[in-house]
Amino acid sequence: MELREKIARRGAKLFKDGDLVNLGIGMPTLLSNYIPEGVNLTFQTENGAVNFGPAPAPGYEDPYLTNAGANPLTIMPGGAYFDSATSFALIRGGHVDATVLGVLEVDEKGNLANYMVPGKLVPGMGGAMDLVTGAKLVVAVTEHCDKSGKPKIRKQCSLPLTGKQVVDIILSELALIRVTPEGLVLEEIAPDTTIEEVVSKTEATLIIPEGGPKTIEYF
Amino acid sequence: MAKVITADEAAALINDGDTIMVGGFLGIGSPGTIIDALIKRNVKDLTLISNDTAFPDKMHGKMIVNKQFKKIIVSHIGTNKETGRQMTAGELEVELNPQGTLAERIRCGGIGLGGFYTPTGVGTPVEEGKEVRVIDGREMLFETPLKAKVAYLKAAKGDKFGNLRYHATGQNFNPIMAFAGETVVAEVDELVDFLDPDDVHTVGVLVDYIVRRGR
Repeated sequence: MELREKIARRGAKLFKDGDLVNLGIGMPTLLSNYIPEGVNLTFQTENGAVNFGPAPAPGYEDPYLTNAGANPLTIMPGGAYFDSATSFALIRGGHVDATVLGVLEVDEKGNLANYMVPGKLVPGMGGAMDLVTGAKLVVAVTEHCDKSGKPKIRKQCSLPLTGKQVVDIILSELALIRVTPEGLVLEEIAPDTTIEEVVSKTEATLIIPEGGPKTIEYF
Repeated sequence: MAKVITADEAAALINDGDTIMVGGFLGIGSPGTIIDALIKRNVKDLTLISNDTAFPDKMHGKMIVNKQFKKIIVSHIGTNKETGRQMTAGELEVELNPQGTLAERIRCGGIGLGGFYTPTGVGTPVEEGKEVRVIDGREMLFETPLKAKVAYLKAAKGDKFGNLRYHATGQNFNPIMAFAGETVVAEVDELVDFLDPDDVHTVGVLVDYIVRRGR
């Protein structure tokens, strides 16, 4: 199974029936492909809609209806549109149950850096700072190490933060790690890895729960 | 009654150095005809308040390419490489705001409030230089209101009274900017005699001028 599919399949099981969920652009969006049967979620896009549907067939695009990446959407029964102040009232006000966002660095304290690399990449934070501040559950999804093999789960973030002590769960292709006041708890590991491999690829200290981590089930 | 004017007349409402708001989210719900007129008028040294700078070939992203701004107050510039280039080269001042903070600053500017405290941005570069206050046990940053000389909006429908109705995610920043512009101009796809009062998103008393798309 491809790395991103592993993350998406496990991440998709983190939601409860009835949750209002905001998925970031990129890898987080993949989670919506694997929501278990019987779990009905409402998805929000921060540019101003809930209960949107998949991309329209070519030729059926509505130029006024897109996601936060300007890609065409459809709208489903129960859908609603609203302005940006309302959209962020939903987000900042704690009405969004869960958000899933990508990672440049995440650390032992649940600090998240995902919006800029000074001097190199400065796209801006968009809605990410509000999402990590306001959503009840903040899930950071990431490849365990970057392309050069450097751990992305750090003792301390070195990049400018998107949010301070905001992440609840870190999910990679190797592990599901919960951020607790005591530190990072290695709750689950993938069936094709070992505790030793996860620890060696994580810069932050991992707490191994009594009885060891559970094995992630993907289906 | 809102006065119906041309896009060129709408562009003539501002001069070099003015602050403008432009509705839209990555160009969706932005007033394209007015933007083309602003490019033709070639006003310079403007300050832009908008969610983003769209794309280099789309909406006010084209004004970035035409170097019409000295400062922009936005939440995201990642879709317009020219914005990043000008920022890195020191040609353009970029003030990045969290999107919810930007929306609320504009809302405050339009509704007569002096600012607000928000938990968004605490412990991040956004905190720099701002008052921090603990409210209900939580650290919050003080954020100030934003206003503009002219707010340029886009709606799907407008009527002769200035009432506006948006469509789908074309709403975004338009309804809040309608309060925050000293002068408010709305470009509409369709101009009707009157909208059903139940269908009005932005009350016409806020809107000074209407421009018909393509005129």
